[in-house]
Amino acid sequence: MADEKEKTGKVPHYLSYPRFLWRALVESTEGNRWFYVWMTFLTALALVGANAWAHQVADGMILTHMTDHVSWGLYIANFTFLVGVAAGGVMMVIPAYLYDDREMHDVVIIGEILAIAALIMALLFVVADLGRPDRFWHLIPGLGEFNFPMSMLSWDVIVLNGYLLLNLHIVGYLLYKRYRGEKPDTRWYIPFVFLSIAWAISIHTVTAFLYSGIGGRYFWNTAILAPRFIASAFVTGPVFIIVSLQLVKRFTKLPIPEGPIQTLISVVKVSILVNLFLLGAELFTEFYTGGSHAKSATYLFFGYDGHTGLVPWIWTAIILTLISAVMFLHPLARKNFAFLNAACILAFAGLWIEKGMGLIIPGFIPSPLGEIVEYSPSLVEWQVTVGVWAFGLMIYTVALKIAIRIITGESNLHAELGTTDGEA
Amino acid sequence: MTDPTDDTTTVEANDGGIDRRTAMKALGATLGAAAFARAMAPLRSWSADQSMDEFLQQHYKRLSDEDMERILRRLEQETYDEYGAQVHIDDPQPIPGVQFGYALNLSVCNGCRKCVEACHIENNHDRSTNNSYIRVFEMEQGSMDFEKGTADYDHTVPAPGKYYMPVQCLQCDNPPCVDVCPVEATWKEEDGVVVDYNWCIGCRYCQAACPYHARRFNWKKPEIPTGEVNPVQAYLANRIRPAGVVEKCHFCLHKTRKGGAPACQQACPTGARVFGNMLDPDSDIRWVLENKRVYVLKEDLGTRPRFFYFFD
Repeated sequence: MADEKEKTGKVPHYLSYPRFLWRALVESTEGNRWFYVWMTFLTALALVGANAWAHQVADGMILTHMTDHVSWGLYIANFTFLVGVAAGGVMMVIPAYLYDDREMHDVVIIGEILAIAALIMALLFVVADLGRPDRFWHLIPGLGEFNFPMSMLSWDVIVLNGYLLLNLHIVGYLLYKRYRGEKPDTRWYIPFVFLSIAWAISIHTVTAFLYSGIGGRYFWNTAILAPRFIASAFVTGPVFIIVSLQLVKRFTKLPIPEGPIQTLISVVKVSILVNLFLLGAELFTEFYTGGSHAKSATYLFFGYDGHTGLVPWIWTAIILTLISAVMFLHPLARKNFAFLNAACILAFAGLWIEKGMGLIIPGFIPSPLGEIVEYSPSLVEWQVTVGVWAFGLMIYTVALKIAIRIITGESNLHAELGTTDGEA
Repeated sequence: MTDPTDDTTTVEANDGGIDRRTAMKALGATLGAAAFARAMAPLRSWSADQSMDEFLQQHYKRLSDEDMERILRRLEQETYDEYGAQVHIDDPQPIPGVQFGYALNLSVCNGCRKCVEACHIENNHDRSTNNSYIRVFEMEQGSMDFEKGTADYDHTVPAPGKYYMPVQCLQCDNPPCVDVCPVEATWKEEDGVVVDYNWCIGCRYCQAACPYHARRFNWKKPEIPTGEVNPVQAYLANRIRPAGVVEKCHFCLHKTRKGGAPACQQACPTGARVFGNMLDPDSDIRWVLENKRVYVLKEDLGTRPRFFYFFD
């Protein structure tokens, strides 16, 4: 064993790294029947989205139902929600590295991979929302004209891409070392892990500042928007991971200990209540004060002037979140996985509405000049949305598969070299 | 067969299986690539319409005089190719010592919307959506609340118990739309806020930030019959906008920077509109500012508009 280790240790990086990438490609195209069914299904949905987007670029954004009055819609709603999911992945990193939770440490990579997939989806939603995606390069610092530090959107470009790179580095480095059968050098990842913890908070804070910094939109112009975003991120990220952990346990050889799921349940239990509390505090201020500040909230919750487009959405969100909160508080959540998963799905769906359609759209209604123009997404918008989610899930699935095969040792350089040597 | 590695193990043990699997993979990849190309096909006709010159064009402030000359000629050619109209596009600069201001007499305005129509024609707006930079609100006498007003009135004006309030870009001195733009596609010049339609990425953050609903987005390519295209155009002003970018009122700078009056003012039959150089002590606008009790919209937001309202 010692000999073999030494032997792999001698393999130069310019040979082992391409091999590592090749292995990743092989792992992402190999699998059992269910893997192929799942990936084909996602590919089909992603293609529908790609086609809808191509039409939108060619014919103009007239194919969406956005207007000059409601100028952001389903895309920016999904973008906002997904930044939260990406930030929520940090709720595995914090216990693993700040509290030295060994069991969490063994599976923390799932949270980091979720961050990568969610960020890619978030960025794709931004691209889908651009009227001129061909001018994307105008946003690249150095190449284009970057309005930093004035524009919050330029901050968002930096923090989102930075967080993506941080997680790609951490995940890539750890897997590569593992693949080579070496112990990772803490200097090359621990500082990045700690940076990523602070960075995770920053991505959702900056995303909240996008909206809360706008003085002319009273519904968004509130200091607790960023705390609200963080609170819901710490629900949506963990609930997604709780379900993921069980799927990983079911479909792979990676041992999933009981501890991490229980820790995440505790996180969700607190966060979901904090989120409801902050929402309540917001609504009290809106409705007790009344006046023009409360008009968007009135429209959202009760309808305004006979316009009730968002009322069913927001009450669905509130009811789903409340039921989920009660379920998480129930002792059964810790024992019965079916019960737990139902609670997770309810929370995810509820917050997808609350931090999406329930937050972005009412900011535009009524308009700053008091006009009410309602919005509901067009078919093209739904197709693009489903396509981006499908593509994101493909990335998540493939990345998890590569990572798990390497962690369990099913994919490793030493074994491969052994075979190659034998054949040569 | 729940163990996902079952298949792989079998395959590794069976050489013939590898070949079959590789063939299947190659077929899958080919089909996938073909399907992707097919899905993206609408982009092909679109990209054929985009010129490489336009794609690589630099930010307005980084363009040399020669660059601008070439771009203006290219835009004229494109306008001819796409709209069949011979137009002249130039790029007039702000006049030193000139700061445009606009004042509107609400006691006189009768809501006829001639200004709306003049803007529509002057600025080469899309005919199918009847777009204009100006919207006129019919307001309740005794209230300044827009929610009690409407921009969709359709009857003889002036109606009893109503007054009329035209709203367009207020050319703020502290414009939130400029702050939020991630690529500096919109900025404040000496005499007003402008947009480079060839630099805007269409994120519409400025639309969200504007408290006056002054900005419009080109949800599609504007449609204008050849004979109706206004041929006197400027780069930062009324040239026909591409799809997917934001636009707004620019105080008709293609005329006003050459000493002319904005189209809306020229069209107004009541004399409600007063436009001019706020730095010129003898100008009409200066007289109004000094002698009338003027106010601006949403002064509490700190945007410092250069568009004022007053009553006689």
